[in-house]
Amino acid sequence: MSEITPDLVRHLAGLARIDVTDAEVSRFTEQLSLIVDSMASIKAAVQGDVPATSHPIPMSNVFREDVVEPSLSQQEALSGAPDSADGRFRVHAILDEE
Amino acid sequence: MSNLVFKSASDLVELLQKGEVSSVQLTQAFLDRIEKLNPAINAFLHVSAEGALATAAEVDRRRAAGENLPELAGLPIAVKDNLTTVDAPTTAGSKILEGWVPQYDATVVSLLRAQLMPILGKTNMDEFAMGSSTENSAFGPTGNPWALDRIPGGSGGGSAAAVGAFLAPLAIGSDTGGSIRYPASMTGTVGVKPTYGAVSRYGLIALGSSLDQIGPVSRTVLDGALLQDVIAGHDKHDSTSLPATLGSMTEAAKNGDLKGVRVGVIKQLQGEGFQAGVQARFDEAIDLLTAAGAQIVEVDCPSFEHAIAAYYLILPAEASSNLAKFDSVRFGLRVTPDGNPTIERVMAATREAGFGPEVKRRIIMGTFALSSGSYDAYYGSAQKIRTLIQRDFAKAFELADVLVSPTAPTTAFKIGEKNEDPLAMYLNDIATIPANLAGIPGISLPIGTADEDGLPVGIQFLAPAMQDARLYQVGAALESILVNKWGKDMAHFAQAGTMAAPASEAN
Repeated sequence: MSEITPDLVRHLAGLARIDVTDAEVSRFTEQLSLIVDSMASIKAAVQGDVPATSHPIPMSNVFREDVVEPSLSQQEALSGAPDSADGRFRVHAILDEE
Repeated sequence: MSNLVFKSASDLVELLQKGEVSSVQLTQAFLDRIEKLNPAINAFLHVSAEGALATAAEVDRRRAAGENLPELAGLPIAVKDNLTTVDAPTTAGSKILEGWVPQYDATVVSLLRAQLMPILGKTNMDEFAMGSSTENSAFGPTGNPWALDRIPGGSGGGSAAAVGAFLAPLAIGSDTGGSIRYPASMTGTVGVKPTYGAVSRYGLIALGSSLDQIGPVSRTVLDGALLQDVIAGHDKHDSTSLPATLGSMTEAAKNGDLKGVRVGVIKQLQGEGFQAGVQARFDEAIDLLTAAGAQIVEVDCPSFEHAIAAYYLILPAEASSNLAKFDSVRFGLRVTPDGNPTIERVMAATREAGFGPEVKRRIIMGTFALSSGSYDAYYGSAQKIRTLIQRDFAKAFELADVLVSPTAPTTAFKIGEKNEDPLAMYLNDIATIPANLAGIPGISLPIGTADEDGLPVGIQFLAPAMQDARLYQVGAALESILVNKWGKDMAHFAQAGTMAAPASEAN
């Protein structure tokens, strides 16, 4: 029995900010169940104390000198935006009115 | 010189340098061929005829004035559509970025411009590089030059098909789980995934940041080396860029040699699950390597059994985070639902309309892998598998200088055949994924066609991190044996196949 349910798919899609139709929920539930079930073996595959690898080539703390360099102008930065006003990105209300 | 487009990049460079062909002439020849064939192949999403010809004219003018020009000046190239370009739309194959023209060039694009290489256009790909068939492009699939009803591989099917159909002498690809090597195998071309960090990722629209690597797409090993030498090197704009340079790949390719090279055949990546014709060509290639003086050993990589599962947890997790930036605020699509919606509703409606099914599937999968209830069991385990795979490679490279396997379990399948079955699709990458998880370099080159379907088969060589030169040395040696046998590079045989279009070039 898979842990992927329609409610979970709806919840995850909500977290990822993707509206999903009922048809998508049922298709993704079925497909993700198969995918997650096929991965179940991974939980038992690691025996003993194995460190996690998050990055293939070890590197740490990559810094550069703190000097000002040329960058995009305000106009350039806004040029791809769907909407802008007064030199800023314009978006819909952040909070509900209620 | 109507057959210009069929020459290798290295031959064309020589003609350009000797002044026997002008860059405008050459660029126009490719543009003409693109105009004629691209409607059927759909390798290019955008063609930059004007910009390419302007660069070409500049090269011709400066060469005529006796200036010293960069090595590849005047040689046209195609660029995968997930690298930003200030003068051409960049969609990454997604509706959510349709029409977006970036404000900056990717570092690799800047390096191509510094070489004065005319950029022919942007090539088709699976949406955000998620896929192995290019069927997930929002702008339609790309046809395989060997059979237009078959997939060219993915995600970089556009770059591989462009090079394989002689629409470009070279192309740029990106490889997260095989997106350069797998299409190379499907189209009878050459593709290299360099060591992680060898080529800057600045300006590459990120898919899986710990896996992504840009690399060359070509028809010969030497051509790939010429391109890697141009695009590799440290970049202060990419914090994962390697501080060291890896030497000349061109030198390595020109000194192809197999004598005494220890070649490790990966036990887990052959036999069961591999198409008979793929295995047959692979076995023959091993015999050729032996005859040329290589020492064949078998290596055991038991953790590869879990590579696909680990990859399809790590990659979606990273992708779900990387793709959060497509939020309708700074660039791309905005869909506004009725009423007086909040920004969250606008984001959700935009992402619903702008992303295709595979992208949504992977974002949801990644969100699952990273959520508190499943993080340790799935994502945590996947990261440990990654360590085990690195250990398998480390042991294998004690016994061998390079490792070898078929690049893909099967030849190119029909468009539409696997598109509704994500699990079947994920298996295509079984041989290519381990290299990305470990950060090591890999090359795919053609070794003939499968008897049962006449479609290209690729062989993959893998080398330890930073040892990219070995791939070019060994790859060039095997290629030279095969090309001597065939009389010409494998891509030339695509014209003799089922694709009517390239044959019409003869008129």
